[in-house]
Amino acid sequence: MKLSARAGQRIAKTLIWAAAVAVLAVLLFVILYVLIKGLPIVNWGFLTEIPRNMGRDGGIASTIVGTLLITLVAIVIATPFGLGTAFYLAEYTREGRITRIIRFSAESLAGIPSIVYGLFGFIFFVDILHLRWSILSGGLTLAVMILPTIIRTSEESIRAVPDIYREVCFSLSATKWQTIIKVVFPSALRGIANGVILSVGRCVAETAAVVLTAGAPLRMPSSLSSPTRTMAVHFYLLVREGISMDNAFGTAALIVILIFIINVGANALINRAMSKNRTR
Amino acid sequence: MRVAMRATMRVAARAVMRAAARVAARVAGSCPTVCVRMALVLTIALCLGTLAACGSMPDSVIVVAGSTSVQPYAEVLAEEFEHQHSENGIDVQGGGSTAGVTAVESGIADIGMSSRSLKEAEQALWSIEIAKDGLAVIVHPQNPIADLSLTQVRGIYSGEISRWSELGGVGTQIHVIAREEGSGTRSAFEELVMGNHRITPRAIIQDSNGAVMQLVADDRNAVGFVSLGLVELHPDAVKALRLDGVEASGRNVVSGTYGLYRPFLFVTDGEPKGLTKQFVDFVLSAPGQQILEREGLVPVTADREDEG
Amino acid sequence: MMRKFREKLPGRIFFLLALSSISVLALITVFIVVQGAPIIARVGVIDFVFGMSWAPSQGEYGIFPMIVGSLSVTLGAVVLGVPIGICCSIFLAEFAPVRLRNLFRPAIQLLAGIPSVVYGLWGLIFIVPFIRNYMGGPGLSILAGSVVLAIMILPTVISISEVSILALPPAYKEGALALGMTHWQAIRSVQLPAAKSGIVAAVILGIGRAIGETMAVIMLLGNAVALPSSILDPIRTLTTNIGIEMGYATGEHREALFATGIVLFVVIMILNSTAQTIVKRKKDQ
Repeated sequence: MKLSARAGQRIAKTLIWAAAVAVLAVLLFVILYVLIKGLPIVNWGFLTEIPRNMGRDGGIASTIVGTLLITLVAIVIATPFGLGTAFYLAEYTREGRITRIIRFSAESLAGIPSIVYGLFGFIFFVDILHLRWSILSGGLTLAVMILPTIIRTSEESIRAVPDIYREVCFSLSATKWQTIIKVVFPSALRGIANGVILSVGRCVAETAAVVLTAGAPLRMPSSLSSPTRTMAVHFYLLVREGISMDNAFGTAALIVILIFIINVGANALINRAMSKNRTR
Repeated sequence: MRVAMRATMRVAARAVMRAAARVAARVAGSCPTVCVRMALVLTIALCLGTLAACGSMPDSVIVVAGSTSVQPYAEVLAEEFEHQHSENGIDVQGGGSTAGVTAVESGIADIGMSSRSLKEAEQALWSIEIAKDGLAVIVHPQNPIADLSLTQVRGIYSGEISRWSELGGVGTQIHVIAREEGSGTRSAFEELVMGNHRITPRAIIQDSNGAVMQLVADDRNAVGFVSLGLVELHPDAVKALRLDGVEASGRNVVSGTYGLYRPFLFVTDGEPKGLTKQFVDFVLSAPGQQILEREGLVPVTADREDEG
Repeated sequence: MMRKFREKLPGRIFFLLALSSISVLALITVFIVVQGAPIIARVGVIDFVFGMSWAPSQGEYGIFPMIVGSLSVTLGAVVLGVPIGICCSIFLAEFAPVRLRNLFRPAIQLLAGIPSVVYGLWGLIFIVPFIRNYMGGPGLSILAGSVVLAIMILPTVISISEVSILALPPAYKEGALALGMTHWQAIRSVQLPAAKSGIVAAVILGIGRAIGETMAVIMLLGNAVALPSSILDPIRTLTTNIGIEMGYATGEHREALFATGIVLFVVIMILNSTAQTIVKRKKDQ
């Protein structure tokens, strides 16, 4: 017996709804579980004190600072290089074998596991350049790790800017640089910013590459050459060594909140930048 | 040779960074958009800050790296030491015994922590025993077995004994848990228990004492080996087996009746100096040793002599 | 003169930036190959890739069990995660009420950003004991890793396939409906085939994420270096081999871990070329 089209539709629809509900349930379960277990731990002291007694007592202030600094170093270094490369690929070269090779290698490197970047960073930055375990080593390693992502997303969004924009600009006798900075860059801003936000998220969440290159001390970092422990690493060590599940969940909840703030905040910022651009 | 290469690379890296900063400054002057200019200024500031930081690493911080078994104790010691000498900093860092020793050799760390005796190739380094730590063979608290012979433990870990019934327990399969290659705890276990036998490749591998302990605490069929100090801190979570009738305890390690123990070492490149020496002295002093004892380790006696 | 210089300057700077980015990326590749190739040469490619015994302290370097590990865990994640993910993206693109969609999207974005170690712990608390108590074995197993990885690849699979379904010209669906098809028939026989390349790309990216994951699977897989006999057995993947032993490795052992990295690199390159070929074929049509 063959199913009627209508019955088929009903069955398919039910299955799809079921899948969606299942996914939503799992997603909410993961997020809520972390928040419910973690939020009661979070208070003012947890945010402002340095971990004591291996992280059993005290707060996680130094790991918050460490996370922010490492992410900042990585983004500040990777963004100009990534953007420059993207503009070069999209605006200054003709499509050819070299651009294809560059794009393929960027794409392959974007898929390389972070642990491999950690390996590279440990030998190259920590040992050979003798930066030791430090915010700098960790930040540079993360910068290298997110570079391919930034190049790819920026290039895509620059290419997505319609050619007519550029042609109009040139016809108004603007230089190439003026065209790029006044027209192409603002139009591609949203895509570029999305790539950067994605990278910020990756830096905050990264564990494997950071533990090999930035170290894991509990002290507050004093300069960029101090080692530091990031929140994700702190969480991992607390769980792995069975030191304190409570503080681990507190840390996890803060990471979730931090990522949420970054997502929402960045979106709001972009929206403001875009609307400003339009009124100008 | 290695040193020369490193020095050259450092000089080259600095030159490149300086050049980049100069170029960036020039560009920043000619950029029309404020936001781009700000980003560039930030980059330049960062490059310069980096250079400054590289040049002036404060002397009052030392890095202690190595064995994850020693790490928790070193962290407690460092905390106490910093409490007394607030102007100084001790950065404690994991990685593993071998990594700690290598880090000292290459100058990345000031003190290496090792949870095993030094190998022959490493004997050139200066080392000192800061404490002894027993190795406990642990099972789930509800496991009926409480006493095994060393030969039986070896049988379990080499894979010859695979069911608890062969040891007088229930008929389920034994879940063997071991540490990873290169771990000081593993190599001490291999040396003291396994002899010429190999740990079975079917063994579950975990990368820390805490992880092994949690797993054994959750799994009735599991057996693992961890630092005795950790077991004494959590006596209810797991059960430490008696080996050949001898209870696993700090007292029996001191008296020599419990043979499964290894040294915790501090390793430095040459005789310790300055802050490194201060910290080593603190660890060996009575208050330092008391902290270690409180945390479950076996302190070293006062009339000791330097090794290596 | 000055004006000409200023016009040329940006291009030169972009060129310099591009050059340095590319050389850093090239440096990594070269670095990993240089560090790892000698040991592969010494052991022999066949013995390294198909060797069954991994015992660095005995000088034995065979990574076949780990290749099997990476592939089986990834396969498990794909089998569990991809169908649900695609259904979910169809739901979001075609059926979801606006409110639900507005709840879904940020949740997925958030989940993509949660550190993998958090998923690892979650699996350790819920999945591992369940498997141990109700299915047997030590709990740390291929199955546990696959389930958690399936959840981890969901955000990638869902968001990219949704975008590719939404990117279709509305005429496709309208035409199908005008021919008297039901909504589901339109989806199945017109929209899904048309969005195929995007969905395949989503799956391949998901596979890449699953193969590359390290910390979560260290916590869930048990890391034994032996061929598994069932999905309830523990196993080690290529990434966990590096993650778990890197801190400890020196000399030849360290080289062998870099060599493991090379193998991973090759696997990713193959995946990537496949994806590009698929996308290109689609463009050619």
